[in-house]
Amino acid sequence: MLNIALPKGRLGEKVYAMFEAAGYECPSIKETNRKLIFENEEKQVRYFWVKPSDVAIYVERGAADLGVAGKDILLEYEPNVYELLDLQLGKCRMAVAAPADFHDDGERTLRVATKFTNIAANYYASIGREIDIIKLNGSIELAPILGLSNVIVDIVETGATLKENNLTVMETILPISARLIANKSSFQFHSETMEEILQSLRKQVDQR
Amino acid sequence: MDERIFKHEEKAIFSLRSLYRKYGYLPYKMSKFEEYEYYIRNKDFLISDRIITFNDTNGKLLALKPDVTLSIVKNGEDHPGCKQKVYYNENIYRISETTGQYKEIMQAGVECIGDIGMYDIFEVLSLAAQSLALISEDYILQISHLGILSAVLNDACTDRNFTQKAIRYISGKNVHDLSRLCAEYSVSADKAQMLTAFTQTYGKRDLVIAKLEALCGGSADAALLELKTLSALLDTLPHPERIVFDFSVVNNMSYYNGIVFTGFLKGISDGVLAGGQYDKLMQKLQRNSGAIGFAVYLDLLEQLSVSSAAYDVDVLLLYSENTDPELVCENVQRLIAEGKTVSAQKSIPCKLRYKTVLEI
Repeated sequence: MLNIALPKGRLGEKVYAMFEAAGYECPSIKETNRKLIFENEEKQVRYFWVKPSDVAIYVERGAADLGVAGKDILLEYEPNVYELLDLQLGKCRMAVAAPADFHDDGERTLRVATKFTNIAANYYASIGREIDIIKLNGSIELAPILGLSNVIVDIVETGATLKENNLTVMETILPISARLIANKSSFQFHSETMEEILQSLRKQVDQR
Repeated sequence: MDERIFKHEEKAIFSLRSLYRKYGYLPYKMSKFEEYEYYIRNKDFLISDRIITFNDTNGKLLALKPDVTLSIVKNGEDHPGCKQKVYYNENIYRISETTGQYKEIMQAGVECIGDIGMYDIFEVLSLAAQSLALISEDYILQISHLGILSAVLNDACTDRNFTQKAIRYISGKNVHDLSRLCAEYSVSADKAQMLTAFTQTYGKRDLVIAKLEALCGGSADAALLELKTLSALLDTLPHPERIVFDFSVVNNMSYYNGIVFTGFLKGISDGVLAGGQYDKLMQKLQRNSGAIGFAVYLDLLEQLSVSSAAYDVDVLLLYSENTDPELVCENVQRLIAEGKTVSAQKSIPCKLRYKTVLEI
């Protein structure tokens, strides 16, 4: 039985449709109920919905053999997994944003508010800029408005939230999209099935 | 002795020791402590540079061992033409990746140091495969050759930053980001294609070799020949299909060279065995020998499923204040002689799970 962790929400639904098209359908997943685990005995596949930021943990710890996680999560937590495919879904970017009138003169320690402390630290280390990281768990845009930080490092999709709060993107750190990940140990013991799924998903991505 | 009482890791220790002794590996017992400075000089070889330290009575800063190989290498001597073959079973102290706190990890392993040749490489790989097989029949041993990986990478681009990033992507089988990296560093289309094809080359050894011969085109001839010779030797082992080639196995290339490998057991989420040739470490430590070895992470064996017993004891033997102790003793011994487990108590313990109660 292959265990697959899907991220809750619209992205997860799109990803499930790809697995379904690959021949690994599980009709019970479409029923409206409170179940968390859905199984298709015949196809030897079991799906479960988890919080998007938890998918990588389920896969790294082997509770799931395969999963779909955002590149932001993979870069932030650096789980020891195989990253098999860029699904080209959930596209956005990790960016530095600040009030439109902010200018970094480089004379003082830059105060950076973010949920993604590892990504922010690595980015500023790569350009040799000294920073003070302020770890926040939500409403990151508030930090520079209230003077808590100079800039923020966060995911930007359309940029609408930034615009509404008078913030602008100063730098794009990297593009983000959903990735198919596999547990390294499970991959050894389910290699044929995983390869088959991978080839089908790759074909679907290429044809899109 | 009832073997059922042993945990997986306890059983493994006995069987691994016996296996290593059969091949003439001698036990290596070392001190629990090492000078802190020694680890700091070689910290890149360690998985983490966070080490438990304390002052000895003479003021010298000591460390609780975070690694076994470094201690073995430090204490050996070079004798041309000879080999030192040792095995160990030691506790080491490292930071847990999950809790961020120090933890004691039980490790077993072998080291073969000296005039290393093809037979020695094969012997160590054979011991690695046999070690896995002794723990579980569902195992896979992945083997890579860093000589081939280096040749392929150098052929594509010699920029150090490119190499570091490319190695990370190859170890994650991440072809999409590797392709983007090639574009970023202006690697030619055919070289980029070769690199992505290389990353996707893994599995059955004969198929991998055939694919590599077509891919490498002379740049890794010596390493490829070594891999072919080794593969033929590995075919003589039981279950040769469980030994595969996979170039995503990438150890620290500043210390390791040649053959590197990782072992997996079904049901355990991480590699339980890791090793390789570390001639570069020997050179850094001014040793004139080659070396190859591996470690088995016994703490991970806890993840192997065990059917938990329905009862803690077969019989709960209840007696009172006034019961003659000789009668209690007689009953306990009789029940044990019948092959039962027994707990003699004056009252029923609240959490004890028992099959039957015998009141005397």
